[in-house]
Amino acid sequence: MGRGLGRSLVGGDVLGRGIAMAYLSVVALIPLAAVVFKAFDGGWDTFWNAISSPQATYSLRLTLIASLIVVLINAVAGTVIAWVLVRDEFPGKGIVSSLIDLPFALPTIVAGLTLLAFYGPDSPVGINLAFTKVSVVMALLFVTLPFVVRAVQPVLLELDGEMEQAAESLGAGRLTVFRRIILPNLLPAILAGGGLAFARAVGEFGSLVLITGNIPFDTQAASVFIFSQVESDNIIGAAAVSVVLLVASLLILLLFGWLSRKALRHDQ
Amino acid sequence: MISKYGLRVVALGYLALLLGIPVALVFVNAFQDGIGAAWDAVTTPEAQHAFYLTFVMVIVAVPLNTVFGVLCALAIVRQRFRGRALLNTLVDLPFAVSPVVVGLALILVYGRRDGWVGEWFADQGIQIIFSTPGMILATMFVSLPFVVREVIPVLREIGTEQEQAAATLGAGGLQTFFRVTLPAIRWGVAYGVVLTTARALGEFGAVAVVSGRLSGQTETATLFVDNRVQRFDETGAYAASVVLALLALVTLLAMNIIKPKEAKA
Repeated sequence: MGRGLGRSLVGGDVLGRGIAMAYLSVVALIPLAAVVFKAFDGGWDTFWNAISSPQATYSLRLTLIASLIVVLINAVAGTVIAWVLVRDEFPGKGIVSSLIDLPFALPTIVAGLTLLAFYGPDSPVGINLAFTKVSVVMALLFVTLPFVVRAVQPVLLELDGEMEQAAESLGAGRLTVFRRIILPNLLPAILAGGGLAFARAVGEFGSLVLITGNIPFDTQAASVFIFSQVESDNIIGAAAVSVVLLVASLLILLLFGWLSRKALRHDQ
Repeated sequence: MISKYGLRVVALGYLALLLGIPVALVFVNAFQDGIGAAWDAVTTPEAQHAFYLTFVMVIVAVPLNTVFGVLCALAIVRQRFRGRALLNTLVDLPFAVSPVVVGLALILVYGRRDGWVGEWFADQGIQIIFSTPGMILATMFVSLPFVVREVIPVLREIGTEQEQAAATLGAGGLQTFFRVTLPAIRWGVAYGVVLTTARALGEFGAVAVVSGRLSGQTETATLFVDNRVQRFDETGAYAASVVLALLALVTLLAMNIIKPKEAKA
């Protein structure tokens, strides 16, 4: 509607748009393009060899499986937390609700140290999960905690309980109400939040560094593998695995966005 | 009733075990040798330089990303041009990219040996990678979309009526922006700035890749925490983490103060 704003703005429109696009290109788009170019610099075979090396394959598989587990746990835990924050009343609820976002605000390296303090070798309760695959999942759970909660919370607020009461008065049990009324209403939000959590988990780095030990063929996630390849000057290998991670993130976001919209249409 | 309490216990128990207790323990560990030891640990020259460098990241990246964010949101919401939908999608791209990939990407453009333009910059005497400019670029990259994302819905919400009225009354483009549009979107901008600042303060992976990690030179606060852990300086690591955690809590506080106002506006 720039035209509706009058002729005086048209020049400014183009200038503002141009600055925004140039900035985005210099900071993000051109560098990302450089990664793709580098990955295929030596041709398709070099790319394929780089991503099919045993260590690369292992780290990619670990990342995808751990992220999938994290999304499933988040879908359940995030929905329960959102439910309790909206439907339940207890002292201190406001504080709990605002602390949900802490993992977004807390630097990832601090998140890793936080988990190391409680679940590491010096754990005050004697639970040492450091340098295990469980620690990979823990770290990813920590940094992705807010996604599903924050997606489900507003939908639950809108869902005012009338439908549930109607179903109950028609003789539906609580499980039926949950399965037929509540879950279908929440599903689009759960999927949307789950998709964001998945994409975040796939690329996560900082929180993994301290608690997982980064052991190849054991706890080394894909992002940590890329880091180690950059450090040991295997730039093409790092770029190739980066491309796989990029494509995986984009596919996850597209897939979950599509599923979420589909669930929304189905619901209506 | 039992299931109601059951859910409450599950939800709060999960939050306590994953978030509450571990974060509290960081505070306890930081002060295990007394407040004096913690204070000394975060006031060494290396620590001071690390926090100073983090401050530099924030002071450069946040204003640039804010100006970009507002311009970009205006273009996406108020303008019609080819590639608008593509721009809207590409802006979110930094959220889908691993921080390590961000670092690698910058090396491949601005690195002296591996980068497309790195050698040219080196000839001008400007070192980008393994130096502050590269770390700033990394911070800009990872915190790029926040302001755009917060401003777009507010711009849609306020509509164009007031802007059109201003234009009818003879206000120029800039005048309309500063007197009408900007005041209307200010809480959205503020919320985006808070999120951008939090991310800029806390970035680790992208900065780690491009910094070269020279203690006291190219080490930000988050890199300092990692460095202290590697050197078994527990008090230093936990004390610096407490400073960063307090900054995170201030961020949360700011978010809570701004959010309701945005809803009212």
